[in-house]
Amino acid sequence: MKLVLRDITKRFGTLVANDRISLTVEPGEIHCLLGENGAGKSTLMNVLYGLYQADEGEIELDGTVRNFSGPGDAIAAGIGMVHQHFMLIPVFTVAENVMLGNEATGFAGSLDLDAARERVREISARFGFDVNPDAVVEDLPVGVQQRVEIIKALSRDAQVLVLDEPTAVLTPQETDELMQIMRQLKESGKAIVFITHKLREVREVADKITVIRLGKVVGEASPTASNADLAALMVGRPVELTVHKNPPKLGSDSLVVDNLRVVDDLGRVHVDQVSFTIKAGEILAVAGVQGNGQTELTEALLGLEDHVTGSIKLNGQELIGRSVRNILESGVGFIPEDRQIEGLVGDFTIAENLMLNRSHGEPFVKRGSLQLDKLHAFAHEKVKEYDVRAPGITTLAGQLSGGNQQKVVVARELSRDLELLVAAQPTRGVDVGSIEFIHKQIVAGRDAGVPVLVVSTELDEVVALADRIMVLYRGQVVGIVPSDTPREVLGLMMTGERPEGMTA
Amino acid sequence: MSTTTAASVPLDETPLAGVTTVIDKKAPVLFGALTIGLLLLVLLAGESGDTTFRLATGTDFFEIPEITVPSIATTWLMVAICALCTAWSVRLYLARRRTPMWLVVVFALMWMIGFLTWAATGATIPVVGLLAGSLALAVPLVFGALGGVLGERAGVVNIAIDGQLLAGAFAAALVGSIVGSTWAGVGASMVAGMLVALLLGLFAINYFVDQVIVGVVLNVLVIGLTSFMFTQVLAPNAADLNHPPRFEKIPIPVLGDIPLIGPIFFRQTAIVYVLYITVALVTWALYRTKWGLRVRSVGEHPKAADTVGIKVNATRWRTILLAGAIAGMGGAFYTLVSVPQFNREMTGGAGYIALAAVIFGQWDPIRATLAALLFGFASNLQGVLSVIGSPVPSQFMLMLPYVVTIFAVAGLVGKSRAPASVGIPYRKG
Repeated sequence: MKLVLRDITKRFGTLVANDRISLTVEPGEIHCLLGENGAGKSTLMNVLYGLYQADEGEIELDGTVRNFSGPGDAIAAGIGMVHQHFMLIPVFTVAENVMLGNEATGFAGSLDLDAARERVREISARFGFDVNPDAVVEDLPVGVQQRVEIIKALSRDAQVLVLDEPTAVLTPQETDELMQIMRQLKESGKAIVFITHKLREVREVADKITVIRLGKVVGEASPTASNADLAALMVGRPVELTVHKNPPKLGSDSLVVDNLRVVDDLGRVHVDQVSFTIKAGEILAVAGVQGNGQTELTEALLGLEDHVTGSIKLNGQELIGRSVRNILESGVGFIPEDRQIEGLVGDFTIAENLMLNRSHGEPFVKRGSLQLDKLHAFAHEKVKEYDVRAPGITTLAGQLSGGNQQKVVVARELSRDLELLVAAQPTRGVDVGSIEFIHKQIVAGRDAGVPVLVVSTELDEVVALADRIMVLYRGQVVGIVPSDTPREVLGLMMTGERPEGMTA
Repeated sequence: MSTTTAASVPLDETPLAGVTTVIDKKAPVLFGALTIGLLLLVLLAGESGDTTFRLATGTDFFEIPEITVPSIATTWLMVAICALCTAWSVRLYLARRRTPMWLVVVFALMWMIGFLTWAATGATIPVVGLLAGSLALAVPLVFGALGGVLGERAGVVNIAIDGQLLAGAFAAALVGSIVGSTWAGVGASMVAGMLVALLLGLFAINYFVDQVIVGVVLNVLVIGLTSFMFTQVLAPNAADLNHPPRFEKIPIPVLGDIPLIGPIFFRQTAIVYVLYITVALVTWALYRTKWGLRVRSVGEHPKAADTVGIKVNATRWRTILLAGAIAGMGGAFYTLVSVPQFNREMTGGAGYIALAAVIFGQWDPIRATLAALLFGFASNLQGVLSVIGSPVPSQFMLMLPYVVTIFAVAGLVGKSRAPASVGIPYRKG
């Protein structure tokens, strides 16, 4: 089925999310939509999928103009979508999820689960998936959940398949498998729209590339274009893709974690037998697929977890059992993985957010009252130093773009005398320009002699920042390897395989 | 395995290092406390005498003879059994294992027998009457809880169950009196329940108002409205407007003659038989039909439901209207079975207990029904014991249903899981 989007415009209030975007996708073609977070890719696809109604422009399928008042219409017209945040009901089984909205029924509307199971098996067999129709979705790893999403779309005979940032949650191996699946789908004549901001993937799989910036199509590119060219097109200026850093000047062992184990309230062991050491002036980057214990590891370091055993020694002092405030005061800086939930208070101003970790006393609080002059002077200085693009220091943090929000968090954490910096997903959902800046700041911290633990699910980021790389899988350390370890080896380690001749 | 899945990722497990069991010490602690309580009762207030348990009603296939036991000895025996259960539970806890459900049931049964033996020293406990009465008192609770389960499964918290029961009771009395038919009364009660649901839906679904607040306000509104109508309209014309016909007990042939079970379950009014059917239908529909799958999906993850073309708010609307009708029917039980007339605030907060049954029953129609039956038993126990003259002060006994509710919800509910999106209005985009 041939898909044509013509001059689609979508506004939210005064914000123009899509500005006359046109796109043509042929059957048997993988069309890549490349753009930064917030460029308007997802909005465009939600218009196509009937979740939003376009203010202007039209959608044409095989020469007929269509009007979708809801996703139901779009599905009926043969459009399938694999959402960035999976649209699966966690407590339902695979078969139930696949049949939902499209249920085969028997007597008096009773569900025909057998038919649904059969459908799952049949599509799985066709594409070589290994999916148990009776598995409950929340028990499945994300890679498999994504396949369930694909099965769901295919079970409705989707001819146009939209994949919205599908690789964000996958291991490199799973990503390769997904590319393979996409090629298979393409060969079976589906039109595929692949939304991403990852250059490597685009070049590997795309037939055509359309680049979107700030809601507009800024150009088309061929898959043979270089990474630098694509990045420049995406960001609108030449971008430094690698982090320049000098060899580390290692100090003494600063953070020593020994046999750490973290258990949650339900008794699930998220971190087990984790031991590592970070020297002063060194960046240890933790690689791994999301959900393999990274969150719990960083939270344990900060004192946020309840059931922690083992030992965490910072400059010889035990951190386990101490309060979060106590740990912060001993010089731990923490960039949390979700800035909107844990990093910032959206309804507070930039200035207020900048003092969140120093609300107990000097310099911003004296005898219980805020020292607003000092705070404002400090905020002005930091906003300038960290290049936070905002109308002023009283702008609410929630109104900033992702990159600028993250700069506020980084500014707050790095503007103290640190003994340890823990940065979890420091550049997730941050524009390329800000990524560059934040990376420089983290490296500057390391060069100032601070031990740094970086957690990232983006292998590019891990490789760019790390002096050494620790790979976590199922809460355990697969290995700690040098930063020049080949990506393929790291990818394998992320699936739990230990390369030959290596010990943890 | 084909090439596409050749990687070594184990496909059907979450990435955890392992799982340990976290054992709750609630069961052994609660067992211990209750056993000591019973022990103190028999030690400090034990009186010698006999207790009789009457199990038959006279019209069964065969008579089960009355059982008469010496009070003190029997209570001591039960204390001993309870102590054994407690010890067992402690042992399991120390061995890091859960206290099994059957042990909880055995303990509860033995404790209750011990308590009844002690409380009814020198008197006779009509076991059949106690249980049949429990069922009767539980009927509105079960209807209310079913309505609550449906609403919450679709993602709408329904605090207004009490208002729906009360409105149902009022409408059944009024329409039943005017038309002179019990079934007309039942129909009116359903409509009344739906009207309350209509207001709930309007605010909670269309205007995104906090559902708990809307529910509480609706309860107050219904109390005010029905009390006003009662004093202004019903009371002055009681003979015409507040004198509904009453459902008669209809014994079911054969089933009704089974000893013990028959008189409890099958010599009831028609509305109770409707209840049995409703419980079965709701359970079947919720888990086995397209409708139920969609209802559960909008309560768990409305956006996901929306993306497969399910109209989230329409589904929620239909579900809470149905839930309102069911809860309203529970109200009819008050005026068409229990007391053949309407009184102000006659539900006595039963809707809140039904809400507790929803949570205690973990949003499952069958378990919520069982929970409602438990609360019904607690209410009726209080009534029966005050009639036979137990040594427990009646003020204390009046607390019993509510104490059981608090214990049940706070203490015994394990890690129950509400529908993920309950209470959250769905806005598109």
